[in-house]
Amino acid sequence: MNDTYYRPQDLPRFGEIGEGAPELWQKFSEWYGAVFREGALSEREKALIALAVSHTVQCPYCIDAYTQACLEKGSNEEQMTEAVHVAAAIRGGSALVHGVQMRNVAHRLQR
Amino acid sequence: MGESSLVGRAHGLANPAVQRAHLEALVLPRRFEGALADSTLMPLKALEVNTLQVNVGKLCNQTCRHCHVDAGPARTEVMSLEVMRACLDVLERYDIPTLDVTGGAPEIYPHLRELIDGAFNVGAHVMHRCNLTTLLTGPCQDLPAFLAERRVEIVASLPYYLPKQTDAQRGVGVFEKSIEALRLLNGIGYGREGSGLHLHLVTNPVGAFLPAGQSSLAQDWKRELHRRYGVEFNDLYTITNMPIARFLEYLEDSGNLQPYMERLVQAFNPQAAAGVMCRYLVSVSWDGRIYDCDFNQMLDLRIADHPGMTIFDFDLERLALRRIATGQHCFGCTAGAGSSCGGAVA
Repeated sequence: MNDTYYRPQDLPRFGEIGEGAPELWQKFSEWYGAVFREGALSEREKALIALAVSHTVQCPYCIDAYTQACLEKGSNEEQMTEAVHVAAAIRGGSALVHGVQMRNVAHRLQR
Repeated sequence: MGESSLVGRAHGLANPAVQRAHLEALVLPRRFEGALADSTLMPLKALEVNTLQVNVGKLCNQTCRHCHVDAGPARTEVMSLEVMRACLDVLERYDIPTLDVTGGAPEIYPHLRELIDGAFNVGAHVMHRCNLTTLLTGPCQDLPAFLAERRVEIVASLPYYLPKQTDAQRGVGVFEKSIEALRLLNGIGYGREGSGLHLHLVTNPVGAFLPAGQSSLAQDWKRELHRRYGVEFNDLYTITNMPIARFLEYLEDSGNLQPYMERLVQAFNPQAAAGVMCRYLVSVSWDGRIYDCDFNQMLDLRIADHPGMTIFDFDLERLALRRIATGQHCFGCTAGAGSSCGGAVA
């Protein structure tokens, strides 16, 4: 069925995007791989960050991939849920802090 | 998921031939033998036999969800005294350095002490695969001291350092009892630095995904088990769940079989394939038959060139050079960092 923009079977086809611009895809792939390798942060920590960001950008492919990655890096559901709460808190806080702009405008208009 | 074994429920998957047929029927990106050939490892051959892995039977006090043995309290298959003594005879005759005792729950095997004593007396190193909770039962109360006196290495199952995940896989209340048993083992020196009494933990994922990296996970486990429960251990072994018996049933029932197998195939690691445990051990079943590994034993996949060999006509020279029987389930031992009874291999 092609009645949705998001199809799970498209996730493993990610590499096909390289067909239009192979050199750019190669650069992206190498960089992407390097980003997620163990460094100052562990692979587990990086996967948790990726999971949180996946929720912020609301990408179902990323959520699918990084839920599995988090489990395979040894995180548990409680840790993953807290990571999603971090993403949600930043989104919520980001909306709320813009309230200062609202207040600035309201105060200017009602001076 | 039922509470009893596949055999107890007369489930179709209780038949190893049915399990093999289900695995062979899957359409996967490649066959295991093709992956081996691409890595110049085909045919896969043994390199030596440094371990005799003895499965003393399918009797167990638990019915874990992932069990590839389909073990349980109602299983009656238990190694006879005659077969057990033949195992000891082979250990002595061929001077095989390591005896690896598994089950079921070996702790409730009636001839366990004679088996361990026999191996100890011929100078073999003994590894005992322990499910922990049995150690709290009456007949096993002096078993930890018995094992310690013979310097037996204990490899204990604990899927996770929290109750929820552990109980989901091994049964309600198992985590609490496992921690109590680990404290008991720590109390006589097992897992303590410098004691010489080795206590390793085995973790396998609680679900249809691959295990985490062994070394990074070990750091988390040591910290968390010590901080939360005051428990210590030596090494952590990560083991991939094999698509056999009750884990195969779980994969089928949950709709995870196809994606899980694809994940295993996609994660094929030639380095892990080169180091698979079947190249270094042979596995003996409760009734004395010889197999390449415990997984092939449960699938009743006999040794390729010597399908009828038993412990009574054991031939080390032939086994040390044997061709290993393989199937699609073998992707479980070669995914990612690999998986063996001693954890990751690559």
